[in-house]
Amino acid sequence: MKLFSDSNISVAGIVRTGLLLAALAFIVAGVFRGEAAVVLQKAINICFECIGL
Amino acid sequence: MKRQPARKWIQLLTTLVYNCHLPGFVSGGIFKGNTKAACVPGLNCYSCPGAVGSCPIGSLQAVISGKRHGFSFYVVGVMLFFGALFGRVICGFFCPFGLIQELLHKIPIPKLNMPSKPDKLLRWLKYAVLIVFVLLLPTLLVNEFGIGSPYFCKWLCPAGTLEGGIPLLIMNETLRDMLGARWYWKLSFTVFLLALSTVFYRPFCKYLCPLGAVYAFFNQVSFFRMKVEDSKCIHCGKCERSCPMQVDVLKNINSSECIRCGICKDVCPSGAISGGLELLKHEKKKQAE
Repeated sequence: MKLFSDSNISVAGIVRTGLLLAALAFIVAGVFRGEAAVVLQKAINICFECIGL
Repeated sequence: MKRQPARKWIQLLTTLVYNCHLPGFVSGGIFKGNTKAACVPGLNCYSCPGAVGSCPIGSLQAVISGKRHGFSFYVVGVMLFFGALFGRVICGFFCPFGLIQELLHKIPIPKLNMPSKPDKLLRWLKYAVLIVFVLLLPTLLVNEFGIGSPYFCKWLCPAGTLEGGIPLLIMNETLRDMLGARWYWKLSFTVFLLALSTVFYRPFCKYLCPLGAVYAFFNQVSFFRMKVEDSKCIHCGKCERSCPMQVDVLKNINSSECIRCGICKDVCPSGAISGGLELLKHEKKKQAE
């Protein structure tokens, strides 16, 4: 199924720009909530689940 | 320009960049630097001895299975960012596990295509894996302290077994002493998928990858677009016959199953197929005018 036809391509432009801005806002919000620290903490220790132990 | 050789080099370079902590492969430990706070766009286990960044699927489960955060703005934001820009270009160019499957598919043995009906049905499985193993189980099945587990990593992820499990277990005796039934399940599942990759093209990406499922949502709206110019198309059908992901190129070239490998573009005899970042293209057109 096509979400956007050629005629409403500007709508698609607005949607994708909005998504990009939302992404940046989410990343900043996540860093301020301390989520990047949680990711770092998980990633610098051997993940037993990942390797199947 | 034929872009398949260039794509292979980009895939190789991506794999090297994601896993450039080479001393890890000698010492049997993993990298502990701050760059691991950042997620890479493709599926690459952060317990690979060489990994210098984090896997977005593992990170998402790590954040939402904890007590502090019910939702991960950070990891969802990262996936939204790469998805909005590139969609499944990430699968075709920037995923080490995709590269591994493609290389295995090059082994010269007879190849198979899944029949259309089961293929269409099985493609939905990756969305189920995303919802059940990545989102629901880690948040709902928690222990007495309210902490969940990364169920996708724990039971399914072949990248974890291959990139993290095998090298670490080879080099680390303490870890070898901890081997149990789950390891043998994960190893068997990984071997099965890798064997399947020799006859089917990227079976994990088509049917099981939750990260592919996430990026699939963006293919219709991402800045990176593929286009077929009707005026140039001679309807020879070469593009559809050559598509390894079985995309209906002429009907929906921006299908959620397209990994933007560009094979259709390479085989098109009339140059009717193009692809690129839409924003840049508009700018180029304006400059030309």
